[in-house]
Amino acid sequence: MSNLQSIKLFIPELIVVVTVLVGIIADLFYSKKKSYLTGNWILGGLILSMIAIFFHNPQNVTTLFTDMVALDPFAIFFKLLILVATIFVVLISRYNKEFTEYRVGEYYVLITIMVFGLFLMVSAVDLIMLYLAFETVSIMSFILAGYLKSERRSNESALKYVIYGAFSSGLMLFGMSILFGLTGVTKICLIGNNLMALEGSANFALAIAFVLILAGFAYKISVVPFHFWTPDVYEGAPTTITAFLSVAPKAAGFAVVIRFFHIVFGDSGALQAGSWLTQTELPWAQILALLAVITMTLGNVVAIQQDNLKRMLAYSSIAHAGYMLMVLPVLSGDSIYAIMLYLFIYIFMNLGAFFTVIAVKNVTGGETFADYKGIGWKMPLVGFVMTVFMFSLTGLPPTAGFIGKFYLFAALIEGGTQFYWIAFIGVFNSVISLYYYMRVVKVMYFDGEPQKTITKPILPVSLILLVLASLTIILGIYWAPLADWVRNSLIFYIGGM
Amino acid sequence: MDLNILSLLIWLPIIGMLAIAFVPREKVDIIKIIAATATGLQLFLAILLWMQFDKTTGSFQFMERYDWIPSFNIFYTLGVDGLSLPMVVLTPLLSFLAVFVSWNTKRAVKGFFALFLLLDTGMMGVFLALDFFLFYVFWEVMLLPMYFLIGMWGGPQRVYAAIKFFLFTLFGSVLMLIAILALYFTCGQTFDMITLMHTAPTALNGVLWWGMSAIKVIWILLFVGFAIKVPVFPFHTWLPLAHVEAPTAISVILAGVLLKMGIYGMLRVNYGMLPEAVWWFAGALAVLGVINVIWGGLAALAQKDLKKMVAYSSINHLGYALMGMAAIVAVGAENGNNYAAAEAGMSGAVFQMFNHGTISAMLFIIAGVIYDRAHHREIAGFGGLAKQMPIFAGVAAVAFFAGLGLPALSGFISEFMCFVGAFPVFRTIVIIGTFGILINAAYFLRAYQKIFFGELNKKYSDMPEINGRELFTLIPLAIITFILGVYPAPFLNVIRETISGIIEHVATLGIAPGIF
Repeated sequence: MSNLQSIKLFIPELIVVVTVLVGIIADLFYSKKKSYLTGNWILGGLILSMIAIFFHNPQNVTTLFTDMVALDPFAIFFKLLILVATIFVVLISRYNKEFTEYRVGEYYVLITIMVFGLFLMVSAVDLIMLYLAFETVSIMSFILAGYLKSERRSNESALKYVIYGAFSSGLMLFGMSILFGLTGVTKICLIGNNLMALEGSANFALAIAFVLILAGFAYKISVVPFHFWTPDVYEGAPTTITAFLSVAPKAAGFAVVIRFFHIVFGDSGALQAGSWLTQTELPWAQILALLAVITMTLGNVVAIQQDNLKRMLAYSSIAHAGYMLMVLPVLSGDSIYAIMLYLFIYIFMNLGAFFTVIAVKNVTGGETFADYKGIGWKMPLVGFVMTVFMFSLTGLPPTAGFIGKFYLFAALIEGGTQFYWIAFIGVFNSVISLYYYMRVVKVMYFDGEPQKTITKPILPVSLILLVLASLTIILGIYWAPLADWVRNSLIFYIGGM
Repeated sequence: MDLNILSLLIWLPIIGMLAIAFVPREKVDIIKIIAATATGLQLFLAILLWMQFDKTTGSFQFMERYDWIPSFNIFYTLGVDGLSLPMVVLTPLLSFLAVFVSWNTKRAVKGFFALFLLLDTGMMGVFLALDFFLFYVFWEVMLLPMYFLIGMWGGPQRVYAAIKFFLFTLFGSVLMLIAILALYFTCGQTFDMITLMHTAPTALNGVLWWGMSAIKVIWILLFVGFAIKVPVFPFHTWLPLAHVEAPTAISVILAGVLLKMGIYGMLRVNYGMLPEAVWWFAGALAVLGVINVIWGGLAALAQKDLKKMVAYSSINHLGYALMGMAAIVAVGAENGNNYAAAEAGMSGAVFQMFNHGTISAMLFIIAGVIYDRAHHREIAGFGGLAKQMPIFAGVAAVAFFAGLGLPALSGFISEFMCFVGAFPVFRTIVIIGTFGILINAAYFLRAYQKIFFGELNKKYSDMPEINGRELFTLIPLAIITFILGVYPAPFLNVIRETISGIIEHVATLGIAPGIF
C-alpha cells in the first residue's frame, strides 16, 4: 500500500507520536515536584491509541508504506499486549519512590517513544525497518535504565546495556547485510523465496548470516549466551523500567523471532506444522531447542543462588524466555499460539512480581530477601498477591501461569516424540523453579516478624496489585475468551499478496 | 436428582473458606464453627450419597458435565463409582474430625482453617473429577495449602519438611502432566477419563516410542507420579519428615486421604487406561509392595519417636494394598483364570485404603494427644500411662491393635484379603510379606507396652485424662474400625460391582496378544 493510503491505517502509531509531543510540551509547564502529572497525558494518549487499535478490521491483512510494516491480527495482538503492559507501568511509576529526587516528565515520554518503537518492531516485515525499530527501542531502554542519575548501580546498568546492546545490534546488522548480499532483497517474505534459488556454495555465508541475526534477536529476549546484560541491567534500572523491560521488549522480541523464522525458514511460511527449510544446512530445530534448554536451566539454577529479589526475578525472566523458546522448534501454529498466550499471561504475573518489589521497597527501602521477612504478616495484601505471583510463575494451578505452561507443553507433546525430551527438561525446570519462588513465600510467612515497623502500601498501589493478582487467578480458572482471541490473532502477513 | 450433590461436596468447603475470609481474625470461635459446619455438612452429604448410591452397577453415578474450555476439549465432569465412594466418605469424615483435632490451634487461626478448607476442596475434587484436566488441577491445588499448613503450623523442621514435600510431589505431578498430554494427543484429543478408558488401549496399541511401547512409557510416567504420593519405596523419603513436622490434624489428613490418592490414581488411571501394562507391571508392583511392607515395618521398628513410627507404619500398610492390586493378574489364563483371587486382592486393596485412613488417623490423633500433654513423643520417655489415663489407654489399644492387624478389627480383614488374593500368583512374595505382619505386631506392641505399661513415669503423674473433645475425634473412627472388622459386608457390597468392572476391563482389554 502506498504511503498516503497507509496513513489512515497507521492511526494508533500516530496517536503515540502525538502523545510523545504532547508529553514533552506538557512537561514544560510542571514544576519538578509536579512533573509526575505528565504521566496523565501519556496515559490518556496510550488509552486513545488502544481505542484506535480496536477500530481496525481484525481480519484485514495488508502492508503499509510500500511493504515496510505489516498490518495483521498478529501485530495487533502484540500492540495491545504492549499497551496493556505500558499502561500498568505508567500507572505504578507515579508511586515508585525511587523517582522522588528526579524530574519524571522525560521518563514518561521516553517510555512512550519506546512504545512507538515496539509497535514498529512487532509489525516490521523489512530488514531495514526491523533494524530501525530495534534501535529505537534499544536506545530508549539504555536511557531509561540509567534514569536514576545519582545512583551508581543505575549508571552501571545503563553502561553495560549500551555496550552489550551496541555489540549485538552490530552483529545483527552484519548478518542482515550478508543476507541482503545473498538474496538481493530486504523484504522478509521475499528472502525465503530467493533463498531457495541459491546455489549450494552460498550455504556457509548463509549460516553465518543467520547465526549473527539470531544473536541480535537472542539478545533482545535474553537467551543464553546473550543474556549477560540481563541481571545487571535489571538490578540497576529503576524497578518500573525493569518490569517494563522484562515484558514489553521481550514480547516484541518474540514477535520478531516468530515472524522472521516462520516466514524465512518455514515451508511457505504457513502456520501449519511445517518443516524447516533445509537450505542453510543447519539443524535449526535442534539449535533452537538446545538454546531453549540451556536458557531455562541456567536461568533457574542461577536464580536459586540470588539474594536480591530483583536479580532473582531477572534470572527467572531468562528462564521464562527459555520456556517460550522451547516450543519454537516445533514450528507449528499451536506452538506460536502457546507462546502468544504465555506472553499475555506472563505480563500480569511478571509485572505483578516486580510491582510487589516496588511496593515493598517503598516501605522497607530494600530489595533483598532479608527485607521480605515477615511481610506476609505485616502487609497481608502484599504477601497474598506476591504468593499468587510466585505460584503463577512456578506454573501451579489454579493460576494463569499454569495455563500458559500447559499450552506450551501441549504444543511440544503435540509436535511428536522427537520433542518429548524438551518437555521433560521443561517440567523438571518448573520443579527447580519452585524452590526459589517458594523461598520468597517462605521468607514472607515462615521466618518470623520483621524487625522494623512497616506500614501498609497506599491504596492505589494496593489496587494495582490486586487487579494484577485477580487477573492472574481469573485467567487461571477461565481463559476461554483469551484463548479464542489469541486463536483469532494467529494470522500474519506472509507476502505474495 | 436435581441437586448437583457432587459439586456441592466439592465446593462447600470453598464457601466456608470465603465465609471465613470475611470474619475478623480475632473471632476465633466463629471461624472454627464455620469450618466445623462446612465439613459437617459435607460429611452429611457424603453419607447421603452413600445411601443413595446404587450398589448394583459398576458404572459412574451422579454424573455432572459442563463446558469449561471447549476449544481445548476441557470439561467439568464429575462422577462417583464404587472406587471413589469410600474415599468420598472418608475425606469429609476425617476433615470434620480434623477440625476438632486442631481446635486449640493458637497461631493465625483464620489462615489455618481457610487453608484447611481449601485443602478439603482439592481432595474432594481429585476423587470426583472425571476430566483429566480437572483432576490434575485439583491434584495440584492441594499442594498449596499443604505447603502452608506444614510450613507455618508445623514442628521445628517444618520449613524443610514443607519444601521437601512440595518438591517431591510436584516432581511427580509434572511427570503426570506429560503423561496426560501424551494421552490427550494420542487418543483422540480428549481429557474425558471415561472415554480414555475405552480409547486409550486401542489407540496406543503397537505405538512405539524410542523403541519402547508407548503404553509402558505412559504407565511409568503415571506410576511414578502416583507412587510418590503413596509413597512407594524409593520415593518415600518425604513422608516421615512431613508427617512428623505437620500439625496433628494435617498428619491425619496426609495419612488418611492424601496417601490414598496415589493408590486411587493407579487404580483409576493406570488400571483404567493402560490395562495392557497391568500384566507387564504386576510382578514389579507385588515386589514393590513387599518392599514397602518389610522396609516400612523395619524402619518403624527402629523409630524412637511415636509419630515417626506411625508414619513408617503407613508405608508398611500401603504395601499390602499394592500387593492386593497386583493380585488382579490372577484372572489371567496362565494363572488359572482365578477370578476369586483377583477380586479378593482388588477389594482388599480398596478396603485397605479405607481402613488405613481410619486407623492411621486414630494413631496420629493419639500421638497428638500425647504430645499435647508431654510436649515430646519419645516412646521410651513414658511408661505406665494406663494407670494415669485408663480411658485413653483403652482407645489407644483399639488403634494399636487395629494397626497390627488383630482379627475382629477392620485392618485384619483387608490385609488378609490382600494376601489371599496375591497368594496364588505371587506365592514367595506373599510368604515374605507375611513377615511384615510379624514386624508390624512387634513395633506396635513394643510401643504400646513402653508407653502404657510398666512403672509410671513420675514426671507424668499429674497428666490429665483424655478430654471429651479428643475422645470425640477418636470414638467414631474406633467404632468404624470395629464394625467393619466384624461385618465388612456393607463396605464390600458397595465396591463389588466397580471392582469386578475393573477386573473385567483389565482382563478383556489387557490381553491383546503381541503388544509386548
